[in-house]
Amino acid sequence: MTDTTSDGPMLAADGTPLKKSLARALRLQKMRALMLIAPLLLFVLFSFIIPIFSMLSRSVENDIVADTLPLTVVELQAWNADSGELPDEAVYAAFVADMVVAIEAKKHTRLGTRLNYEQTGMSSLFRKSGRKIKRMDPATDGPFKEALIDVDKKWGDVETWRVIKTHSPRITNGYFLNAVDMRRTPEGAQAQPEDKQILVKLFGRTLIMSLIITGSCILLGYPVAWILANLPMRTANVLMILVLLPFWTSLLVRTSAWKVMLQQQGVINEVLVWLGMVADDARLVMINNQTGTIIAMTHILLPFMILPMYSVMQTINPSYLRAAKSMGATNWTAFWRVYFPLSIPGIGAGSILVFILAIGYYITPEIVGGTKGVFISNRIAYHISSSLNWGLAAALGTILLAVVLILYWAYDKIVGIDNVKLG
Amino acid sequence: MTASSSNDAFVEFERVQKSYDGETLVVKDLNLTMPKGEFLTMLGPSGSGKTTCLMMLAGFETATHGDIRLGGTSINNIPPHKRGIGMVFQNYALFPHMTIAENLSFPLEVRKLGKSEREEKVKRALDMVEMGAFGGRRPAQLSGGQQQRIALARALVFEPELVLMDEPLGALDKQLREKMQFEITDLAHRLGITTVYVTHDQTEAMTMSDRVAVFDDGIIQQLAPPDTLYEEPENSFVAQFIGENNTLEGVVQEINGEVALVKLDDGELIDAKPVNVGVGDRTRVSIRPERVEYNKDRLKEGTHTIKAEVLEFIYMGDIFRTRLRVAGNDEFVIKTRNAPDQVRHEPGSMIEIGWLPEDCRALDA
Repeated sequence: MTDTTSDGPMLAADGTPLKKSLARALRLQKMRALMLIAPLLLFVLFSFIIPIFSMLSRSVENDIVADTLPLTVVELQAWNADSGELPDEAVYAAFVADMVVAIEAKKHTRLGTRLNYEQTGMSSLFRKSGRKIKRMDPATDGPFKEALIDVDKKWGDVETWRVIKTHSPRITNGYFLNAVDMRRTPEGAQAQPEDKQILVKLFGRTLIMSLIITGSCILLGYPVAWILANLPMRTANVLMILVLLPFWTSLLVRTSAWKVMLQQQGVINEVLVWLGMVADDARLVMINNQTGTIIAMTHILLPFMILPMYSVMQTINPSYLRAAKSMGATNWTAFWRVYFPLSIPGIGAGSILVFILAIGYYITPEIVGGTKGVFISNRIAYHISSSLNWGLAAALGTILLAVVLILYWAYDKIVGIDNVKLG
Repeated sequence: MTASSSNDAFVEFERVQKSYDGETLVVKDLNLTMPKGEFLTMLGPSGSGKTTCLMMLAGFETATHGDIRLGGTSINNIPPHKRGIGMVFQNYALFPHMTIAENLSFPLEVRKLGKSEREEKVKRALDMVEMGAFGGRRPAQLSGGQQQRIALARALVFEPELVLMDEPLGALDKQLREKMQFEITDLAHRLGITTVYVTHDQTEAMTMSDRVAVFDDGIIQQLAPPDTLYEEPENSFVAQFIGENNTLEGVVQEINGEVALVKLDDGELIDAKPVNVGVGDRTRVSIRPERVEYNKDRLKEGTHTIKAEVLEFIYMGDIFRTRLRVAGNDEFVIKTRNAPDQVRHEPGSMIEIGWLPEDCRALDA
């Protein structure tokens, strides 16, 4: 290590100190490596990481009440929501002052929409009242308490003000409570009315169906992977193309094809009726329900199970099986005690892949799932594009992400992530 | 050899043939008889059919034709797991997901032995290969030599009468290999197990075996104890394959009992012992480097000698290795012991060499 001579540090051929010259050479290498990955890094940062964080932050963000009704929110702080009495004149005056500004900026309907998530009727209340409040002058037209109750008697309802006060903080857990079928009330978190409790059930269904799909993929994929791994390379490559074929076909086409196959006037039902196995008036319902989703998604996700299984099985030396047999094990014992345990890393990798893909799947359940076979992601999509309740969509998405991470962690604890081989 | 008397025959191959593709035979007409307790090595270059023979015996390949018998009964239709043959594989094939003790316990478990009996036998087998302290480890935590011993112990733990070994030492370094060669033969003889050992390493075959079957082209070229194989090869393939060997080509001129007069291609005459050749046949004369004599006094009266030019002299410590040009062959080597009175030949000098006729064999060309 002490390669320095008596007259100073080691010098490179051009006379610079060796250490400096080495650092320069390495810095160049590092810079080059960084430059090579920079485009992807930036792309991922701007198109993936930042949007995801901004999306997830919407699940707790609640600026709209405080931004639209700044004066009202301040005044409401003095009001005791549990007193059962209406707020005093100051709150009404502040509300009118806020609303006039908001109506000018056309922001009041948005606030109505936001509060409508919490209590139905708020949207129309804000829209209707807006037209009348617009004509009021906050400086002169007082007192407003009576005037507002005149405009709509809901302004004389304590509940309306309680909703506004409950949702005035800038950070809220309201969306997360909604996501698990609860809601934020002045008394704290409470269960939603029973007819609105759908999301927990949907989460449960998504998990169970993803597990069933993963299970079917294991059952169907294992023998295929085994055959591929034991065939000569050339034949295996040809068959591998068949396994990969679905990847080259549009997802939409494949899913629609399942519609053709599975519907009541479809290929399978027609054949079964023709064979007399199913009565004409009792055709099987295999589409627009959970069966349809499970069948179509198992087919679509199967390659993701077969590929990791195949690559793990390829590495299992055939001499293990021979050794087991030479020691007296039957074919089944040799498989079960020796081959199967060695193939578990492949099953694990395939299962994680398929399960995580399945739990967030959207298109296939949307097309073949009907109402009973949809996943939580379909609900997220609905809130993103139809109900425009992005906060709830973000909360659902965050929960989904957390569930996947927890399952991943549990898998690591039980099976060990080191046992996962993707190739 | 009374090999054909099947009284003491334990393993028998009778007219066994094997083809994989239906066009070429990998094993052509194999006949082999092994008594109990013998250590037999199948030696040959790769592709000579030796491993196929082993796999047929183990039951992993079926013979296309012929009969394989074990202890007098035909095992052609018995699946491998019912043959009760221990086997050591080239890469050991220790189950990586089991500990050493579990690996050894496996053959006992599938035989449904009780727990205490299993533990007893596993312990004895581990002690036998001096690996008693390693029962709780995984195969990946052991060195190559240690894995090799475990593989051996696992093949022996269920006390098979026949053990097959498929190049078990191929992955070890030279020193360890030599040590293991000794340990394996020692163990096999101590336990009285019949062993079939496959290797392409002739030193391994020579040092370990009772008999060696030299395979080439799907045929056993010669089946003999190591010393016979080295000193009395029956054809030029065996002579070339086993040990170092000098060859000279020529035609058999005449045969007088045990001595044949061979006229080499450049006209020189030499004496040799005829093996499976007749007068007028082309022959390849084979002589071991250490049996060549250059000191005329030590040769018998009347022996033919031949002129040779010294090309190279290599000092190797215990021996001298001198390369000569003899009858147009530049690769003719003689080996001499490093003794105080030994001559060191200068390159470029001419010497005269000869040999005892019984050391020089005129084989098929």
